[in-house]
Amino acid sequence: MKKDIILKAENISKQYRLGQVGTGTLSHDINRWWHKIRGKENPYLKIGETNDRSTKGSSDYVWALQDINFEVERGEVLGIIGKNGAGKSTLLKILSKVTAPTTGSIKSRGRIASLLEVGTGFNGEMTGRENIFLNGAILGMTKKEISSKLDEIIEFSGCERYIDTPVKRYSSGMTVRLAFAVAAFLEPEILVIDEVLAVGDAEFQKKAIGKMQDISREGGRTVLFVSHNMAAVKSLCTRGIVLVNGKVAMTGNVESAVNFYLSHDSESMNRKIFSSEYDKKEFTLHEISLNGIGKLSDEPLDEYQEIEINTLFTLKDESLKLHLSLVLNNDFGEPLFTFSHINNGLKLNKGTNKIKCRFPKGFLNIGTYYLSLYIIENAKSALFVEKDIMSFIIQEGERTIGSWMGKEPGFIKPKFDWLIEVN
Amino acid sequence: MNDNNTPNDWLFEITPKNKFFSLNLKEVWQYRDLLLLFVKRDVITVYKQTVLGPLWYLIQPLFTSVTFTIIFNNVAGIDTGTVPPFLFNLAGITVWNYFTACLTGTSDTFKANAAIFGKVYFPRIITPLSVVISNLVKFGIQFLIFIGFYIFYYFQGANLGLNGLILFFPILIIIMGILGLGLGMLISAMVTKYRDFSHLIGFGIQLLMYLSAVMYPMSLIKDKLPGYGWLVEYNPLAYIIETARYMLLDVGEVSVLGLSYTLVVTIAVFFIGLLVFNKTEKSFIDTV
Repeated sequence: MKKDIILKAENISKQYRLGQVGTGTLSHDINRWWHKIRGKENPYLKIGETNDRSTKGSSDYVWALQDINFEVERGEVLGIIGKNGAGKSTLLKILSKVTAPTTGSIKSRGRIASLLEVGTGFNGEMTGRENIFLNGAILGMTKKEISSKLDEIIEFSGCERYIDTPVKRYSSGMTVRLAFAVAAFLEPEILVIDEVLAVGDAEFQKKAIGKMQDISREGGRTVLFVSHNMAAVKSLCTRGIVLVNGKVAMTGNVESAVNFYLSHDSESMNRKIFSSEYDKKEFTLHEISLNGIGKLSDEPLDEYQEIEINTLFTLKDESLKLHLSLVLNNDFGEPLFTFSHINNGLKLNKGTNKIKCRFPKGFLNIGTYYLSLYIIENAKSALFVEKDIMSFIIQEGERTIGSWMGKEPGFIKPKFDWLIEVN
Repeated sequence: MNDNNTPNDWLFEITPKNKFFSLNLKEVWQYRDLLLLFVKRDVITVYKQTVLGPLWYLIQPLFTSVTFTIIFNNVAGIDTGTVPPFLFNLAGITVWNYFTACLTGTSDTFKANAAIFGKVYFPRIITPLSVVISNLVKFGIQFLIFIGFYIFYYFQGANLGLNGLILFFPILIIIMGILGLGLGMLISAMVTKYRDFSHLIGFGIQLLMYLSAVMYPMSLIKDKLPGYGWLVEYNPLAYIIETARYMLLDVGEVSVLGLSYTLVVTIAVFFIGLLVFNKTEKSFIDTV
């Protein structure tokens, strides 16, 4: 199949100077200029380090992005994912021409418009209507284009009643609605969107995602989308790029990109192997792991899966009547419920037991959970207790387009028996 | 690569540096509506939530002229010839104010608009251009008050004469706007990294006013301070103001040499400003 490449990034790198601008900057500037007039290379380009926010570096210069290469096809929706500080926003800034790359180039066959943060250039003193024109013009529309879409924009924003009131009287949600409405009616070939879903209520999020879907599917336009909401990324995007410390760690279809991102997040390791400390007189605890059915424990857990908790446990003395009891806590440390194999009448055998417990499909809501382990003797006293022995995260799964991308209240989503009768 | 897409049919390319000289006029033209909307915004938002509204534009030059008349003409005794001193000062101040407004308005372009420049791209030159144009509106209003006083003094019997060169007055104002724009762009580029310049500009403008023949005729400085007269003679603004007064009030002198010099300086300053501005707009967001 022929590829229709609309955007191509070649060896994009971006260097930043850390710390404050002061006299040091001036001396560096002079040094840089001195190298330049002698025809030498910029001395500060060499010493940059990779951009790992958490470690202390020796140099004042860091590479926020290093050797980024990718191609985007026409009509594709590309998700750019990565942790805070991985370089996503820097990349989008370069794409939207807000700042220039230090090296490399981006070639494009279409107009790029960005929605980096909605409401840019809104003037509080001016009315909603005046701001639609101003904001539209800032985003690159002509007055004629805006006039022809004015009614649609006002309707989409749902702020009709306030349209002739100064924007400073608007609630923050209304401002965002109005701003998104303007941007949604932009017609560039390439649209760059950063974190628009973080604002607005559920109804508006739904509207926004639906609109973005229309833009890419029906309009045949290319969208570059950055978000921390994996549900939105999975549902909207066709392909994903994962950035880690300013480098492209992987490119691929959106499913594998999201999985790659989540499984490389150290906080979501769903397997814990215990050291000899847990080798006691009465028992040995070897391992606890969680995985989705048919998946490995290093793959992320999502909200729609059937989840299995595996415990590897050796009972040394059969005469002891031990049983395992687990408590599931939410991220506030509040216990949600206690569960144990003993409730099903199952007992531990002498030797090594592989204890499996399955949560039904889609039982846990998205969020972070902690497991506490109790080893109970004779069904009354605790022989061993370890609170928060391990943690795991339930991620957003892929949702249907047009549905809400947020989190429902609560921690569990039990399926009850419902009955609806027609009277 | 596909047959229809030869590798060179890219619409545009984003690269680390601008070409040495690239004012993309086509792009500026595409954004002309934005320019007009910015002008409209600047003009409208000045009056919002004020009681006196556009009157504020008039109060400042009037009070300054009164002060100057008292100090420089009544106390210090500067002779303005047949022209009433108040009108003499008002002419100088009105014209001078346009320059100051252009210079101060454009000199913090990058700093003041960092939030919006950090989010979206549009040709950055639109912003300083809009400042120069919206100040033209303000200048127009201030000029009306000058005309009002001119008529008033005329009927009072003052010996006032218009000069035929008045037809060139708009050109003079445009030259002044371009000079302010050029200088402002130059300074705005430097302010992004080194804030020292924004301190400099405040009192710099004040000092410059004394060297720009705003409240005295150019001939006066040559007579009284022959040793320092060159300071005024090398100042292109002095020629603009002197010429403006010549056109409006038929006093002073017009030096063709001086005006040619002014024109050359203006063009040079404008292009240097543009060059530095273009160079800065690419990555100023990292240093501002």
